[in-house]
Amino acid sequence: MEYVIEMLGIRKEFPGIVANDNITLQLKQGEIHALLGENGAGKSTLMNVLFGLYQPEQGEIRVRGKAVKITNPNIANDLGIGMVHQHFMLVDKFTVTENIILGKETKSGLKIDLKKAEQEVREISERYGLAVDPQAKIADISVGMQQRVEILKTLYRGAEILIFDEPTAVLTPQEIKELIQIMKTLIKEGKSIILITHKLKEIMEVCDRCTVIRKGVGIGTVNVSETNPNELASLMVGREVTFKTEKADAKPAQSVLEINGLIVKDSRGLTAVNSLNLDVKAGEILGIAGVDGNGQTELIEAISGLRKSESGSIQLNGKEIRNLPPRKITEAGTGHIPQDRHKHGLVLDFPIGENMVLQTYYKSPFSKTGVLNFKQIYQKAKSLIQEFDVRTPSEFTLARALSGGNQQKAIIGREVDRNPDLLIAAQPTRGLDVGAIEFIHKRLIEQRDNGKAVLLLSFELDEILNVSDRIAVIYEGEIVAIVNPKETTEQELGLLMAGSKQKEVGEQTNV
Amino acid sequence: MSNRVKNIIVPIMAVILGMLVGTIIMIVTGYDALAAFTALWNGAFGEIYYTGEVIRQVTPLILAGLSVAFAFRTGLFNIGVEGQLIVGWLAAVWVGVSFELPAVIHTLVAVIAAGVAGALWAFIPGLLKAKFRVHEVIVTIMLNYTALHVTNYIIRSVLSEKSDRTEMIKETATLRSSFLEGLTDYSRLHWGIVIALIAVFIMWFLLEKTTRGYELRSVGFNQHASHYAGMNVDKNIILSMVISGAFAGLAGAMEGLGTFGYASIKGGFTGVGFDGIAVALLGGNGPIGVILAALLFGALKVGALNMPLEAGVPNELVDIIIALIVFFVAASYMIRLFIDRISKKGVK
Repeated sequence: MEYVIEMLGIRKEFPGIVANDNITLQLKQGEIHALLGENGAGKSTLMNVLFGLYQPEQGEIRVRGKAVKITNPNIANDLGIGMVHQHFMLVDKFTVTENIILGKETKSGLKIDLKKAEQEVREISERYGLAVDPQAKIADISVGMQQRVEILKTLYRGAEILIFDEPTAVLTPQEIKELIQIMKTLIKEGKSIILITHKLKEIMEVCDRCTVIRKGVGIGTVNVSETNPNELASLMVGREVTFKTEKADAKPAQSVLEINGLIVKDSRGLTAVNSLNLDVKAGEILGIAGVDGNGQTELIEAISGLRKSESGSIQLNGKEIRNLPPRKITEAGTGHIPQDRHKHGLVLDFPIGENMVLQTYYKSPFSKTGVLNFKQIYQKAKSLIQEFDVRTPSEFTLARALSGGNQQKAIIGREVDRNPDLLIAAQPTRGLDVGAIEFIHKRLIEQRDNGKAVLLLSFELDEILNVSDRIAVIYEGEIVAIVNPKETTEQELGLLMAGSKQKEVGEQTNV
Repeated sequence: MSNRVKNIIVPIMAVILGMLVGTIIMIVTGYDALAAFTALWNGAFGEIYYTGEVIRQVTPLILAGLSVAFAFRTGLFNIGVEGQLIVGWLAAVWVGVSFELPAVIHTLVAVIAAGVAGALWAFIPGLLKAKFRVHEVIVTIMLNYTALHVTNYIIRSVLSEKSDRTEMIKETATLRSSFLEGLTDYSRLHWGIVIALIAVFIMWFLLEKTTRGYELRSVGFNQHASHYAGMNVDKNIILSMVISGAFAGLAGAMEGLGTFGYASIKGGFTGVGFDGIAVALLGGNGPIGVILAALLFGALKVGALNMPLEAGVPNELVDIIIALIVFFVAASYMIRLFIDRISKKGVK
């Protein structure tokens, strides 16, 4: 059997924790090999060992059968290992070519031979079907394109083995499809790929084999053709995981949120939400489905008071809240799990405890006559941390130090605990692993069962179909259809999201 | 090694390295380093008179340091401490010269006037930042010059008849104390140090313990999350600048009511405001750190005056040492790396 890379019995310790313990990963020539694990399971550590950023305490790395010591990324490069990072390492103001040759410039005399480099970049791009314009500026191209530049960068440096670190986390569904195509082309051209991910669907779709690690320990390697998502999930989490969230039928009551003729402009001054009408009832979860950039973000920001709207009405329990300051809207009975948890959800440099009272710090018992009562604050935080299973060394730990999933659980704990009449959840599970997703879905449904209204925004169709009681499809700033998740399909939703009218969709699916 | 310990070790290392390089410079240029440091020590703590002078020097440094530190902790760079200090100085002297009030009350009014003047001067960059997102560094630097020339004009044309200084403030407004002077062999030590220490407590309490402080810190760290949480971001930015400016204004009162007792036309900046940046930096923007850093810089500055007399070493050398300390604090990354290396080796 021909292995291009073998990582045998790798162990990596950090002060206080064992990040990798006896992990073995063997990559065959020409395969796409998934590395699966929960957030914080040690996937990135293992890949950083392979890439020369960390030195393992134990274990051996072999490249094409020969034992090697990779002490820095340059050695990894020379061995033909390239990494496509999750957070792109690109210079915004440089062109594609300039970024690609950075550190490996083709020179003629003292000058950089940009023409020649551009030609080379174009050739590679065409060969692998990447369709990247070598002269475009990074700042001007989409996230998906930027990722391709990262891929090009590794290919330009002669990589034979490509490591993709959660490549789909930042992509739209369309871009994901294209990326999968690109990976298949790369394989056809003789490359081998390690795909770091916690998305089971992608593994089933493109991967040949899959190595699972759980809490730093290697669980084993399976052939993807002989397994199913359920088995992978339980291998990863260590227990049975239900994908279909169990829930009783909704008992919708009176309208909690009523939006009529709402018009909101985006940051560029263009109309993003266009005369939108929507209502969310007590005791139901309304899911908003749509392709990113169709006004969802602006809609949610307008409801929560983060963005001023032009006209229309937003009523909460019959009271007009449009263009009120955020605090008034919060106090009127809304909770908001924001789309960007680092930007809006948390003050990362505050302890997690202080983050738990971000909207209530000025109220009794947390504050009396303008002085904070830290005992009360940290008591509250402690109980929320316990109740919502936020894994943190203590309530005094900085929010920054927590993993994404635990940060999200903290936010959800804070918002749900205020028991708002309307809970807005914008992409509440983005970037989280199945265990955390399951937990969060249960909490949303619990809120609903307590007779509260939940507005769910998600770009994951699975999530929308799974959790919502009604689905509103948004397209170009308007709600173009309201469908029942039990009676619709992913296909129908996809067509509606792409702008087809409901009637046409009916005809198409009937044929 | 925990971050807390590191945060204490880094400034101490910076001071040691600063002194070390200063020593090397002295040796290379042919001065007796040991004699110089002995003279420096004697000049700062050798006699009770000098110690009194050190504390006097430390007083405005603490307040200027607090001003910078407060702004920094709430996400702003107040480079305008110098200007706010000059304005506060003038306001204090104006009240001290022009008003007839009973003792103590007169002093208090003059001190408060200084704080208010500094606060108003800082309100301008605060407002511009909050409303138009104009960067406070640029505005405060420009306002330093504006403050210098406006106060010079007022001293020459309003508070005096074409003279280059005002009258002395009235006895009722002074911070000076014959008791403290007597205690320290007739140094210029005055009650200002008490005000400075109260201000330190106020800064700590306000930032760490109050609801307002929570908002100020939150806005300083993350404006978006603060807005999301329902805080008034603009108001907190302005407030942060205003409070920072008030501390700077108080530093001016120390000079106006304590050390000098008048305001004179200045050819250039006092430097105290800029030293405040160094104090805050070395003190890690914490209340205790600011006191310690101010003490160090105050002692260096006062002690330096003794160096030419006792050791024949030019006192400018102390300026070099202070600059080196600031350099090493700013380059603390180097020191942190060094500490990490050493503690790693220790483990193995």
